[in-house]
Amino acid sequence: MGDGVAAMTAVFSLNDVTLGYDRHPAVHHLTGSFLAGSLTAVVGPNGSGKSTLLKGLIGLLSPLDGRLERNGLRQRDIAYLPQQAEIDRSFPISVMETVLLGHWRTIGLFRPVTRALRRQAEEALVAVGLDGFGRRPIVSLSAGQFQRVLFARMLLQDCPVILLDEPFTAIDAKTTADLLAVVTRWYGERRTVIAALHDLDQVRENFPDTLLISREPIAWGSTAEVLRAEHLFQARQMAEAWDDRAEICRRSVV
Amino acid sequence: MDPYAALIQPFVEFGFMRRALVACLALSLGCGPVGVLLVLRRMSLVGDALSHAVLPGAAIGFMIAGLSLVVMSVGGFLAGLAVAVLSGLVARVTPQREDASFAAFYLISLAFGVLIVSTRGSNVDLMHVLFGTILAVDDASLLLVVSIATLTMMVMAVIGRGLIVECFDPGFLRAVGGPGAILHLAFLVLVVMNLVAGFHALGTLMAVGMMMLPAAAARFWAGQVAPLAATSSAIAFAAGYGGLLLSYHASLPSGPAIILVAGGAYIVSVSAGPRGSLLTRFLPRRHLEA
Ligand SMILES: Nc1ncnc2c1ncn2[C@@H]1O[C@H](COP(=O)(O)OP(=O)(O)O)[C@@H](O)[C@H]1O
Ligand SMILES: [Mg+2]
Repeated sequence: MGDGVAAMTAVFSLNDVTLGYDRHPAVHHLTGSFLAGSLTAVVGPNGSGKSTLLKGLIGLLSPLDGRLERNGLRQRDIAYLPQQAEIDRSFPISVMETVLLGHWRTIGLFRPVTRALRRQAEEALVAVGLDGFGRRPIVSLSAGQFQRVLFARMLLQDCPVILLDEPFTAIDAKTTADLLAVVTRWYGERRTVIAALHDLDQVRENFPDTLLISREPIAWGSTAEVLRAEHLFQARQMAEAWDDRAEICRRSVV
Repeated sequence: MDPYAALIQPFVEFGFMRRALVACLALSLGCGPVGVLLVLRRMSLVGDALSHAVLPGAAIGFMIAGLSLVVMSVGGFLAGLAVAVLSGLVARVTPQREDASFAAFYLISLAFGVLIVSTRGSNVDLMHVLFGTILAVDDASLLLVVSIATLTMMVMAVIGRGLIVECFDPGFLRAVGGPGAILHLAFLVLVVMNLVAGFHALGTLMAVGMMMLPAAAARFWAGQVAPLAATSSAIAFAAGYGGLLLSYHASLPSGPAIILVAGGAYIVSVSAGPRGSLLTRFLPRRHLEA
């Protein structure tokens, strides 16, 4: 990478990081960094460790091995959209109230929601194409509309770092395009965005950087460089192996 | 019998009826919001489990100090809280599911309770622990029930937002660094406290009825959390009033009478409430334009 890039700070620095469950690695020996203000797609087949990596970055999962540094980032500086949110979609709460939760950093448990905060929430709803939906209960939304609500909430969170785990799965083209515009806007505001994705055309069109993993890192760099045929072939070859009797990994010892 | 004699006179005439009514009002104010949150958290049966878990503590308190309100309450509270905390802890740090964890600990607690009660033979006073004595609520009990209701409403007002988020989207609360575990614990303390309040009036077996039946009925009348809680409290109080009258006129035990009236309110709600009841299902109204 060039000199200009070297001067930029890393938001996450990973040094030989292994993440996994019950000592079984799901992301094996990953080294590199996500730079401040970068827009990176994490790409790989199902079970390749994309979600695991994002959980590691936000701190829901501690590394089994290696060092993962957040470089002064606090938990509340990171907005995270999980692949399977634990959200109770039948909960009796309105769209507006859900979006207002994005102000948590300001309102916390006790402080009141001011009119200015409410107006920001309304603007966020307009930005994701849900103008006038504020009073609707969330049960009444389609999957795509609900994803728009979650994006509006992230708009209010106003975090310098945003992690998205397959945000456009099971969502139609129009919604995807609208929400991709929001992602592009974040990138323009110099926020760091990392998104797990699997639509390669979408990645080529919208994401400058890509990390291709298949349990092991395969390539990390500019999207055009990473998404070459031989890398993609390599990614498909890697087995989705879970071996109950796997030996202890020696690579970190040597 | 004229309406005045049927509906009002018993309370004008007898002090114990007035006290019982005040106790019911306090209980419904506390139990309404707590029950609604239990239902929303899909923890309806946890309320049941905790109400049984209170038993050995109250019984041990009885053995130590006789029919002492304070000692029995503290004992019941500690036993219920121990079961709640242990179950919550096991569910959080092991893969055990929360409902299974609660079932395990409350059964252990209940067995202790039954053991203690039965070694004490057929002690009449101890039967009060099981079946309550709302018609014999004294000043001290009334003060306790009212204090618990007041404290519950204050705590709800302060941490209500947190409780709702913890229930609606726990992952988000964790991600923004909210105190999820503390909120959960505070909520369990409220549940146990209100069950202890209920067992003086209704007994350990019936206390949970005042919490869950109105809350389960409320969802057929209201949509959002605050109206649900208000509806639930209103139904609970109406059940208390109706149950007391029923027990007075028909000479029935008051605890079951109150819970049965609440049960009647539940069945009416399921059948004819305006939101999703059987009536709206089988007599649908014409659809709207947009
Ligand atoms: N909670 C879990 N417990 C055990 N193994 C898991 C868990 N979550 C994911 N895995 C395993 O980790 C590997 C990577 O999963 P994941 O990160 O979800 O992949 P992706 O998001 O790329 O589809 C898979 O082999 C999966 O089976
Ligand atoms: Mg995934």
